Amino acid sequence: MRYEAPETLKSAVTLLAKEKGLAFVLAGGTDLLVKMKGGFLEPDLVVDIKRIKGVFDIAKSATGFRIGAAVPGVQLGENAALVKAWPGVVEGANLIGSKQVQGRCTMVGNLCNGSPAADGVPALIAANAKVVISGPKGKRTIPVEQVPVSPGRISLKKGEIIEAILLPKRPANSSDAYLRFIPRTEMDIAVVSAAVNLTLDGKGTVKDARVVLGAVAPTIIVVPAAAKALIGSKLDAAALEKLAAACAAACKPIDDKRGTIEFRTKVAGVLARRAAEIAYKRAGGK
Amino acid sequence: MPLDTNFTNQKFKQVGTRPLRPDGVDKVTGRAKYGADYNAPGQLIALVLRSPHAHAKIKKIDTSKAEKLAGVKAIITSADLPDLTAGDRGMRDILENCMARKKVLYDGHAVAAVAAIDQTTARKALKLIQVDYEMLPHVTDVDEALKPSAPVIHNDIFTEGVEPTPTKPSNNNKRASFGHGDIVQGFKDADVIVEHTYKTEQTHQGYIEPHACVANVSPDGQGELWVCTQGHFVYRNQCAALLGMDISKLRVTASEIGGGFGGKTHIWTEPLALALSRKANRPVKLTMTRDEVFRCSGPTSSTSIDMKIGAKKDGTITAAHGVLRYHGGAFPATWAEFGAMTAFACYDLKNVKSESIEVIVNRPKTAAYRAPSAPMAAFAVESAIDELAKKIGMDAVELRIKNAAKQGTQSSYGPVYGPIGIGATLEAAKNHAHMKAPLGKNQGRGMACGFWFNFGGQTCCDINVTPDGTVTVAVGTIDVGGSRASIGLMAAEELGLAYENVRVVIADTSSLGHNDMTDGSRGTFSTGMATIAAARNCIKVLCARAAKMWDIPEDAVVWEDGHAKPAGTNAGNFPPLSIKEIAAAAGNTGGPIAGHNELVADGAGVSFATHICDIEVDPETGRSTVKRYTVIQDAGKAIHPSYVEGQYQGGAAQGIGWALNEEYIYGKDGRLQNAGFLDYRIPVCSDLPFIDTMILEIPNPNHPYGVRGVGETSIVPPLAAIANAMSNAVGVRMTHIPMSPPRVLKAISNRKH
Repeated sequence: MRYEAPETLKSAVTLLAKEKGLAFVLAGGTDLLVKMKGGFLEPDLVVDIKRIKGVFDIAKSATGFRIGAAVPGVQLGENAALVKAWPGVVEGANLIGSKQVQGRCTMVGNLCNGSPAADGVPALIAANAKVVISGPKGKRTIPVEQVPVSPGRISLKKGEIIEAILLPKRPANSSDAYLRFIPRTEMDIAVVSAAVNLTLDGKGTVKDARVVLGAVAPTIIVVPAAAKALIGSKLDAAALEKLAAACAAACKPIDDKRGTIEFRTKVAGVLARRAAEIAYKRAGGK
Repeated sequence: MPLDTNFTNQKFKQVGTRPLRPDGVDKVTGRAKYGADYNAPGQLIALVLRSPHAHAKIKKIDTSKAEKLAGVKAIITSADLPDLTAGDRGMRDILENCMARKKVLYDGHAVAAVAAIDQTTARKALKLIQVDYEMLPHVTDVDEALKPSAPVIHNDIFTEGVEPTPTKPSNNNKRASFGHGDIVQGFKDADVIVEHTYKTEQTHQGYIEPHACVANVSPDGQGELWVCTQGHFVYRNQCAALLGMDISKLRVTASEIGGGFGGKTHIWTEPLALALSRKANRPVKLTMTRDEVFRCSGPTSSTSIDMKIGAKKDGTITAAHGVLRYHGGAFPATWAEFGAMTAFACYDLKNVKSESIEVIVNRPKTAAYRAPSAPMAAFAVESAIDELAKKIGMDAVELRIKNAAKQGTQSSYGPVYGPIGIGATLEAAKNHAHMKAPLGKNQGRGMACGFWFNFGGQTCCDINVTPDGTVTVAVGTIDVGGSRASIGLMAAEELGLAYENVRVVIADTSSLGHNDMTDGSRGTFSTGMATIAAARNCIKVLCARAAKMWDIPEDAVVWEDGHAKPAGTNAGNFPPLSIKEIAAAAGNTGGPIAGHNELVADGAGVSFATHICDIEVDPETGRSTVKRYTVIQDAGKAIHPSYVEGQYQGGAAQGIGWALNEEYIYGKDGRLQNAGFLDYRIPVCSDLPFIDTMILEIPNPNHPYGVRGVGETSIVPPLAAIANAMSNAVGVRMTHIPMSPPRVLKAISNRKH
């Protein structure tokens, strides 16, 4: 196995594009190194991107936030402006692993793992976040939900690297929330998860909403019917009940070691409802 | 000198205090050496090839390609481990479990092992070994395995304990029955009867340290093994037997242990490492991965238990009947028997019968797990008793007090009890502040009792006085929970030395006589007994040396407060001699000073506990949180109270994990689905409340200090206490452990409809 730590994005892309064997990008390494140590992955090339300029930056601009590919969870949690604008995105990312893992793990890594249960991803999708991809043919920007394809598979082509995540600028009276179900308190993987992103009008009526569910289908899913149930409401009981029903209807889960179809379907609605209530309060609704 | 082991109620100066444990600083600073920390010059790395199938015939193993790989130094299969067990079924099963012979019997069963110059080479070599399997039907469920349609795993198993012995082989290797009285009449006399079937899933001890060893066998036939174990003498004896070595030729040194809980009472990879070392003529290091620890060490049984208990309206239990089915994994065992013996041990019953049915399934060979088999039996009994109390309209504690066993009670498993603590723990529970604390919304409270036999066994101890008058104590029982501290306290107490001047070490197998392993909560009980005796023998020598220094008769010297003194004014007028002074003169009075003892520690006092638990349930998700937990247990005498409390808390913590989320999940293909800590969910620190403890001391009359074992009983009540709390919180009787959120949510939804 070769280990390379290039200092430019261009050389990283070239290294990945030219490798004939199995090549992986290393940022935090909290997935890759564990898989290698366990003997589940035997790469021929590992490209460490942490020496590339800008990968640890969180930049705030008129259009929103740009988060570098190697920014670890702990850095997200320490950025007050980001937490204020996107508390749901940050709380999702901060649920990954343990305290020690938080010092290394990245949202991009979590996304590129391709897991439907990834904690860092549903709130990004609810936020309409995009990723900036560098590849042999130049740069392209796509929505986060277009990255995962199926469990463990993503849409990136050979030689491509996600260099940053873009979060849009927030309108007034907006907020988000993320909740996951685990039987324990930490160090676990979501059995079901829900992210809700809301924008209210001045009177507390939901103007815009986006509802996303994790671990209930082969990929993380957006549930437009659930968002529809909330728009125009002040999150009254009837709207919340409709939301929960829409979420349950959208679930296509499996029975596995982490939970049953019945359980995931029921709890998806419960979590979406609770996340909506949190987001609503954060957005200034009463 | 044989020790008079009777309890004497002596006044203690050091026993009962809380000094730091001698292994503490090294453990918290990372200096302590665990199994995988040993390395030998020129060592090879070994890996084991394991079956992906639950049940299959091994048609052929071709290792030729792997042998040609550069860096591979030895490959072994069962052909390298000939059967030397000479008709000993137990040893043959151990051999077959270490390395599959004609068939693989479970997912993870070893089929070959490789020793190579490094891990990468060993890994490559495993991929080059070709095994041809012929798939056989498998069964992993304890109830399914008993059905006539189930595939029979061993064709030479005919149920023992049934008259006449069956002519057809089956997966039921033994039946047994315990009890007394007439249960048919007892149930006729009952006003209320409760009857249910309870199930518990298989759990693993969940020790953090994986099994690891370094084996080094020389061409002259002598061998060494550095290993993480609960019993290095037993490992030595068994490995030597399987490899055809004289026991004396194999020297085993135990590492520090990162948890065992019964799981390290059994050999798995050690004979493979020794055989590889012998074949390669190099030291061989073998460390299990976490995946291997789950798939192929020794978890506990999953169970299915029919329980029926009847009582009068006044709460008197008139009859109790249990049928307990436990699996032993892929080999015959007697785990159900332990369950049947312990099930009703807390109660004074007129009519009682408990029957055990041992089951063989395609899962790893079951090993002991902390009070093995008792927690599941207690879950069934204590759940039924709780329900009985509800039906009668009597307080659950009062009903238990009314039926509690006491001194003179004939236990359900046979013996008549001496002084015991079940009544005292129940009274303490009744009066505990926890019992009276208010409960919040969606919360429930439960309580339950538990029993464990405890064990004594073969033990020895050497005490050596060093030239500066400090003392070393060499013992042969592995320290799994602070026993070096308590043994040091007992030696210091007897000798009249400061605790800091006593160093306790675990001797290797060539430095001390055979010791049984640390199991049955026997460490502090039995090694303490041997240490007290060795110290008293040492004092005799010290007094004799003082007599020589004073030139007076030996019997004119007494030992007080760490000094030799003349027995009276007639003996002479000499100032007291300290150990330091006597040790300094040893070269002129007869040489090194020591005290030894060897014994079979009989009279391990039985132990009882009562636990109280408060739980809160999220009714929309079934997720539960233990809010408060109290352990009340009889220790006989707490030598070092902190480490007694540690045992109480540890057992409760493991019980909470078992009750709520831990379980082996097998797929339809017979493969284990969750062989890792991510999906085998033991509680993390933040999942647990502070576990409150209360130590009761009802002296064991058979130990000089009154000690009873304390390590295991604490895991017996939790399954039941938590199930009772959960049932009270959700309003449905929970009969299936673990009570994971999907099971709880389902129970809640079924209740609503």
